[in-house]
Amino acid sequence: MNCKFIPLLLSAFCFPISVFPSDWLQFRGPSASGVSTAAKAPAAELKIAWTAELPGRGLSSPIIVGDKVFVTCSSGPEQASLHVFCFDAKSGKKNWERVMRATGRTMSHNKTSVAAPTPCSDGKRVFAQYSSNDLFAFDLDGDLLWLRGLTYDYANASNSLGMSQSPTVIGGTLVVQSENDSESFAAGIDVETGVNKWKIERPKAANWSSAIHWQADGAQPVVALQSSKGLLGIAPDTGAQVWNYEDGASTIPSSAVGAGVIYAVSHGITALLPEGKSVSQLWRNEKLNPGTASPLVLGDHLYVVNGAGVLIKATLKNGEELWKLRLKGPFSGSPVAAGKYIYIASERGDFQVVDTTTKEGSIVQTIPLKETILSTPAISDGAVYVRSDGKLWRLN
Amino acid sequence: MRIKRFTFIPLPSMRQLLLCFLLATAASAADLSSSIEKLRAVGKEGKGNAEATKAWQEVAAADAAALTDILAGMNGANPLAENWLRAAVGVVAERAAAKGGSISIDSLVAFLKDTKNAAAPRVLAFDLIRKSDPAMSDKLAEGLLADPSSELRRYPVTKLIEEGDAALAASKKEAAVATFQKALVAARDEDHIKNVAKKLRDLGTKVDLPRHFGFLMKWQMIAPFTNVERKGFDEVFPPETSIDLTASYPGKGGEAKWVEFESKDDYGMIDFNKPFTMLKEVTGYALAEFNSTEERSAEIRIGCKNGWKVWLNGELLFARDEYHRGMKLDQYKLPCRLKAGKNTILVKCCQNEQTETWTVEWQFQLRLCDSTGTAIAEKM
Repeated sequence: MNCKFIPLLLSAFCFPISVFPSDWLQFRGPSASGVSTAAKAPAAELKIAWTAELPGRGLSSPIIVGDKVFVTCSSGPEQASLHVFCFDAKSGKKNWERVMRATGRTMSHNKTSVAAPTPCSDGKRVFAQYSSNDLFAFDLDGDLLWLRGLTYDYANASNSLGMSQSPTVIGGTLVVQSENDSESFAAGIDVETGVNKWKIERPKAANWSSAIHWQADGAQPVVALQSSKGLLGIAPDTGAQVWNYEDGASTIPSSAVGAGVIYAVSHGITALLPEGKSVSQLWRNEKLNPGTASPLVLGDHLYVVNGAGVLIKATLKNGEELWKLRLKGPFSGSPVAAGKYIYIASERGDFQVVDTTTKEGSIVQTIPLKETILSTPAISDGAVYVRSDGKLWRLN
Repeated sequence: MRIKRFTFIPLPSMRQLLLCFLLATAASAADLSSSIEKLRAVGKEGKGNAEATKAWQEVAAADAAALTDILAGMNGANPLAENWLRAAVGVVAERAAAKGGSISIDSLVAFLKDTKNAAAPRVLAFDLIRKSDPAMSDKLAEGLLADPSSELRRYPVTKLIEEGDAALAASKKEAAVATFQKALVAARDEDHIKNVAKKLRDLGTKVDLPRHFGFLMKWQMIAPFTNVERKGFDEVFPPETSIDLTASYPGKGGEAKWVEFESKDDYGMIDFNKPFTMLKEVTGYALAEFNSTEERSAEIRIGCKNGWKVWLNGELLFARDEYHRGMKLDQYKLPCRLKAGKNTILVKCCQNEQTETWTVEWQFQLRLCDSTGTAIAEKM
């Protein structure tokens, strides 16, 4: 064997799961924080590269693994048909589609839908969860690896308004949440078999926020589960508590992470620094009040979209507001970012690009997509992907 | 620079080789039966997933000729197993379509027409026929008006509604009424029923929706027991241990007594606020009898946005402690077994402490039907 291949071979065995910086593997991408870590950012001016038709409803985000785009939707009179699509990222051509059937309850508020949680991937598998608590694991070629019916397993795990908590995968464990007024839980599921590694009770209260990743220098990664009670840091492989912030948090927008600090959606925004088993509050700004959209950290700044559709830029140091920019709202989806730009789509279908480096911030482009958009965009390999009920767009 | 995906661990290649091998050997039904059984053996909390993963590869690699065998594997399977098999059917059909369409429509039609097969695989068979031969599926749909599957009835009911609309547009009122009535008799889905009922009423025709749905309209009700701090949900009040319609009990803020209540609502709403006024942090019970012509399987379907429990003949069927998140027809489907003669249904309905305007409802709707949603007629 040519010895020049040995390092490559070793690296393949050490890191059997292929994940690339340009991949966008879950709700709000890397660490669930909404900011692309890829070297290649989308261009300043975007155009629609392709549009793919979708047969049902959905406000889950697309995710991108290599050259594949995955998106979910639900169709039928009761939204009981659950679709997983795989599209070719370059052309928008459908690679495959799987249609499964809901085993849990499909009732939801009219504004949301059964395909509300965003799927996630470990680079090798795609995990698609729905409001019905159905959970499917496919390989990237569409082969079914395993499935679960979490309401079939736990009969009172449902929310009549619909659920939207997106799963996240870390180190061989898929962390799922089904937090509701009745049988409320989170579970760590073995990505290989779909069997529970652990299951913990969660506050009996409806919750639509999603988990984020947090990691201290040199320490094991932590998954932070947000609820009305606060943020619970757990070890993803065991579900054991690492730390617990108990001063309450939002049940709709999710928190953000930047440079080891959690910017929790709690009493406005509260900056938290977990250290060992404790959590220190660095600052709190109750005027930084996210609406439905989750905040994000871009560079040295925090960005919040409030309920009036105003984008607020604040410092990470103390939460001081720097500027406000009125966007064309209203918003259900969250902003994402790459380079110096923030991308966000309004409910009325106005996809907006914001230059965060100008003095007061500026909308540098608005693309009218002419559909209701309730989802959060995804970024990969210089392109932005966004979906409505009926369409998936690639913009680049 | 775009980094290429390393493939030193050749898992995809192995999978492709396995697929090629399995395709080359053209899996027969006999070959598949063991794999199908492994898929049927999956259960709660991931039970059987590990075995099913491998078995699924074998089933999904089958030739299109095996489609009806895979569909038949769904008969009597639990919903999780149905999904494993459904995914395999999808892959087999997709591969056949990619090759230019080698699905045997005749065998799928025979499978669809055999109503001994379960509803789920028959719906799947119909979908495959519809994709391959839309004209054939249109023709088949005409015979599905009284189908055991409510999902399959949707096609002919939709067509009847269109025909009724066309008759109306042509000023053929009698024909329109007759067509809409035919559609209503066949319709099982709420959207269809609502739509057709409105059209008929607009045309001056009476429609008995409670009877169509099978709502229980006459109840004995008692309240108010306490539900302060939502503790009434778990507390056992007297109606849970014995029924004495002449008894009264100390309640929250007054005496709890039984009253008769008959709903006049099209959708069978049993509203505690009507006899007991708008109260908060209270628990009520409602009792109904149903005289069944025979011992049989049935479904109690309840819609409720309060905390609730349902007992049939003293057996607790289900309990749900969610408040004010929404209510709809058939929100919860409770499979049960009716005995011949008198059956008693007891509903516990808890109101919580919320004060918002959208939390005043303290009510439920309950109907008795079979698994397709067809109302079960009471023995008079």
